[in-house]
Amino acid sequence: MEIPYTVKPRPDTGLYNAKLGIWLFLASEVMLFGGLFSAYILLRVSSDLWPHGMVSIPVGTFNTFVLIASSVTVVMSWASLKLGKLSAFKGYMAATIVCALGFLGVKSFEYYAKFTHYDVWFKDEATAKKYFTAAYGEKGEEATRKLFVERFHLHNTKATYDANQIQLTGHLFGNPMFATLKKLTSAKQETIQFTPDAPFGTHDHPKAIEVKLSDVQRLSAYVPAHSTYFAIYFTITALHGLHVLGGAIVLAYFLFTADHWWKKSPEQMANRVEVGGLFWHFVDLVWIFLFPIIYLL
Amino acid sequence: MSHDHSHSHGPGEACDHGHDDHNSPEYIHKTIRKYLKVGGILFAGTILTVAMYYVHIPSVAATIAIALLIATVKAAFVAGVFMHLSDERKMIYSILLCTVCFLISLMGLTLWAMNDFPFFTLVDGKPF
Repeated sequence: MEIPYTVKPRPDTGLYNAKLGIWLFLASEVMLFGGLFSAYILLRVSSDLWPHGMVSIPVGTFNTFVLIASSVTVVMSWASLKLGKLSAFKGYMAATIVCALGFLGVKSFEYYAKFTHYDVWFKDEATAKKYFTAAYGEKGEEATRKLFVERFHLHNTKATYDANQIQLTGHLFGNPMFATLKKLTSAKQETIQFTPDAPFGTHDHPKAIEVKLSDVQRLSAYVPAHSTYFAIYFTITALHGLHVLGGAIVLAYFLFTADHWWKKSPEQMANRVEVGGLFWHFVDLVWIFLFPIIYLL
Repeated sequence: MSHDHSHSHGPGEACDHGHDDHNSPEYIHKTIRKYLKVGGILFAGTILTVAMYYVHIPSVAATIAIALLIATVKAAFVAGVFMHLSDERKMIYSILLCTVCFLISLMGLTLWAMNDFPFFTLVDGKPF
């Protein structure tokens, strides 16, 4: 049986069926991401403290460029098909997939950096001060506070100087991912080697200090469970990342079956590529909003 | 071929475009130039957004408004040119009109809920 209206437009809609289908799907995708964006707004506006500068702007900008470039190449691959140039199509489509994989690679690197970066909260103020001094010397508390306030500087009107709220940030020895206080203590570990972050405005990492786990109230990597900020950050960016992955798989399928489809039905193939491209542009469109919201604001 | 609209247009529907055919090489070459221009605009828009971050505007509201305005303009170019929305069938516009209505309602519901705190979470009438 032949699927109807893969090439010719249906008289009542004026569209070939796949195009109507993808637009209905994209409409539902708008609602999916819209729900998450509205959740982000609600969480952020309702919170007293919202971290800022936790993600690298140059890295995010680079990824934005990569995604824009892939949007150009995917539309060029479609135009190449329309001009009857199969090899140009293949080249542009391969470039699109390379961009997609590049985007995901950079994103994985960003995620890894977060999963191995830790915050440590101490049991009481005196203990906290002891460790701040051990980490940053005599002016330890001031240095830690500066780091803490810098994190919230866009909205720091309510950032307090309560030592109990201030945590030491840094890396654990061996760079483990996803370590928690529970995991460490159940592994019969009593202390951790902790390398605190460089003081605000410098790149001089203090020497590693030894932290007794009995002094620690909470220890968390930058994972969704760390805070509301990371919960919504990972939810939105991971969902977007899955869309990039899904799109890359579909586009790679178009590339690898190109010869077959080109012989079978070039017009239908062009339409399939157009529809795949529409999804790809949507993924780019979501990122256009995500980038300023997550990285800049 | 200039009167054959069967590929992009439904029969019985008037052609509302100034050009002859969406499949002619001339038309495709014209759109390719447009795609490259839009690519350039998107790159420039990204640089502008990042530059605005380093400029540091004192008003938080203005910062957010400017960033979202640039993003909206970029999104309009992607949707309008790359996704061919500037020149589409009526059916797609009606689907998108519904989507816009639903999206606005969704955002409206969020705004509505914004200051709606359960009473037991309030201290002196303010959330803590």
